[in-house]
Amino acid sequence: MAPSAPTDYHPVVLDRPGLQALIDVLVADGRRVIGPTVRDGAVIYEELTQIGELPGGWGEDQGPGHYRLRRRDDDLLFGYAVGPDSWKRFLFPPVSTTWQAEVSRDGVEVAPPSEVPRYAFIGVRACELAAIAVQDRVFVQTSYPDRDYAARREQALFVAVNCSSPATTCFCPSMGSGPRVGSGHDLALTEIPDAAGSRFLVEIGSERGAAIAARLATRDAAPADREAAAAVWSGAAAAISRALPSDGLKNVLVHNLEHPRWDTVAARCLACANCTMVCPTCFCADFREAGSLSPDHAEQHRTWASCFAVDHTQLHGGSMRWTTRSRYRQWLTHKLATWYDQFGTSGCVGCGRCIAWCPVGIDITEEVSAIRATDGLTRLPAGAAP
Amino acid sequence: MVPVPYRVVGRARETADTVTLSLEPVDQPITTPAPGQFNMLYAFGVGEVPISISGIDAGHRVRHTVRAVGAVSQALCAAEAGAMVGVRGPFGTDWGVDSAAGGDVIVIAGGIGLAPLRPVVHELLHNRRQFRRVTVLVGARSPEEIVFRGEVASWQASARITVRTTVDYATAAWKGEVGVVPTLIERVTIDPEVTTVMICGPEVMLRFTAAEVLGRGVAAERVRVSMERNMQCGVGRCGHCQLGPVLVCLNGPVLPWSRVGPLVARREL
Amino acid sequence: MKTIADVIAEQTFFQGLDQDSLDFVAGCGRNVHYAAGDRILTQGEPAQTFYLLRSGSVALSFYVPGRGAAIIDTLGGGDVLGWSWLFEPYRWQFDAEAREDVAALAFDGVCLRNKCDADAQLGYVLVQRFAKVMLTRLQSVRMRMLDIYGPSTSS
Repeated sequence: MAPSAPTDYHPVVLDRPGLQALIDVLVADGRRVIGPTVRDGAVIYEELTQIGELPGGWGEDQGPGHYRLRRRDDDLLFGYAVGPDSWKRFLFPPVSTTWQAEVSRDGVEVAPPSEVPRYAFIGVRACELAAIAVQDRVFVQTSYPDRDYAARREQALFVAVNCSSPATTCFCPSMGSGPRVGSGHDLALTEIPDAAGSRFLVEIGSERGAAIAARLATRDAAPADREAAAAVWSGAAAAISRALPSDGLKNVLVHNLEHPRWDTVAARCLACANCTMVCPTCFCADFREAGSLSPDHAEQHRTWASCFAVDHTQLHGGSMRWTTRSRYRQWLTHKLATWYDQFGTSGCVGCGRCIAWCPVGIDITEEVSAIRATDGLTRLPAGAAP
Repeated sequence: MVPVPYRVVGRARETADTVTLSLEPVDQPITTPAPGQFNMLYAFGVGEVPISISGIDAGHRVRHTVRAVGAVSQALCAAEAGAMVGVRGPFGTDWGVDSAAGGDVIVIAGGIGLAPLRPVVHELLHNRRQFRRVTVLVGARSPEEIVFRGEVASWQASARITVRTTVDYATAAWKGEVGVVPTLIERVTIDPEVTTVMICGPEVMLRFTAAEVLGRGVAAERVRVSMERNMQCGVGRCGHCQLGPVLVCLNGPVLPWSRVGPLVARREL
Repeated sequence: MKTIADVIAEQTFFQGLDQDSLDFVAGCGRNVHYAAGDRILTQGEPAQTFYLLRSGSVALSFYVPGRGAAIIDTLGGGDVLGWSWLFEPYRWQFDAEAREDVAALAFDGVCLRNKCDADAQLGYVLVQRFAKVMLTRLQSVRMRMLDIYGPSTSS
């Protein structure tokens, strides 16, 4: 995501009570405010109304196959990076009804689509905004837009947060999607540690955001605020260690479909589908009839699916991708290569969730690196370790 | 997209497990489909399946030839006249019959693959003078499993197009050929520069038939096939129908062999 | 009036052979005709003839007790019929029946085998062409074994 063009809006500053006031305004506007909170040992996204529900003082240790919350030695409200949740859970819900109808000999009565919730998302990271932009191409910028997604998306308000503490699994700069928020936000907060705990530099990204900010008690950002924020941004960028060089990546993958590395990774992969569930851009779904005892009722549900499922490609009683090898290869080459053919961008935003939440710790940056290093290999040399 | 209600106005049993349904809209029709396109047919309360259009008739009537292989297709095959069926579509790319005008056309069908090609033959017959030599080759498992048997015989009898049939397993009474479809191709005179070939059938059959046709000098760009994959949304959003970069429901199902050949050559792509 | 050599020269199977070879082969051959329903080959009988079909349709079948004649292949103009004359025990493996009027070239198998022994180069070329025919037929049968059109459900 390229840095945004300068807007006409000058940044302002909110203190912590101001942040609570922001949430109150959003709630008063009839929005369901979704933000990060600690539950079950992870930072997940849930409806909240109080800043006390935010994960103040919490950070994480993340690595391949590893995620642990840990107490920070400060009190930052947004000192974590990303958890297993992503905003796709709200824009593209795991289970939803595509239609309901009552059928008789005379005709079909389709129920009107249910109203979509008006959300306000607090704590959206740059990589997550990038992921939403990627999903926009899948669900909206197509010949057959998904009305439900489009409505949720259109109505949602985005209060983004610039990262201060990336995880070791993060690699957003490689994908051009962070760590600094570029565009797609209504407001973007940068948390500045201070004596009161923290204050927030607020950058306004839209008219809607400006209107909200105007209803809050803010003060103009002073040079000291801008400097402090800039230190957060550069500190975050400097803290990112992982990389996925994207130069010519599409071609490398497409030309190495028989590389022995696919066998190596397949031997580890459990096809558990964790990566697809935590990935903020994965969009595969099943459309199945929801069983009903009433013979006159027809209802179809859409549920999250995964290309790792063996029946994902079921046809005529068999699967087109039977082996784990073929399914892992599909996921990675789709995400990093053929996504370009289909949607004009990479499918990856460098959030690193797939690395942390893979039970066996498969790291896509490592897999890609291995293939690149032996571009064109189709067989392991005799005696070589896999 | 919500299914549009259609009513079954006719049904014909083609083989032991295949039925052709004639459907008419209850209210609004869908856009008139082109040969090669498909609809998501909805058996209310059971589910949806993608079925190619096998007939485009007057009065917004469409035909679909369904093989009972699962719960939904079985429910559709059992639908009686007057039953309600949901239709979403038409989706996908068409055979592009008019682009073959001025040249020879070879239509090659394997098994139920004749269903998506039936509207092509109709269009070729309807506009016969726009095409030079028209050949239809039909392969099936056995004589009883040839779909649209009566119609195929009438095409044969019309003498306006050349029709040849072959089966894998013959009965003593069978008068057509025995053997795989490429054997029929051997007997067709082909002028590669001006020939368009359209093939539909099981993927294995597509591959060996396309190989035979390419071996006769027809360029891969002039060979079109209809691909099949697991499809659930029909509009490129559910991810199931991917074949490498191709979304079969959106970029297909009709695709040139120049694009598809390398993809299906890659196992489990 | 066309000679056997002229007719042979027109057949794809013999294409590319030089005139001497064509004459050589023609010496073993003669024109034959069958009417619809005529039995050309009978399973188990001595195989002494190699046929090259010029026109018409021939059905190859096995007699299966309880099922009658099961057609396993059909051949037409340009196809080679029979290769059991090439290999011991020189007995036909199947029946062949004309389904319509058939015009063919019939070659004396012993004569042809002897000529191939005498002229190894010609023998090599002919056996190579037979092998190609067998390969194509074998591939066709293998593909049919895959039963790609799927079972016809009875339930």
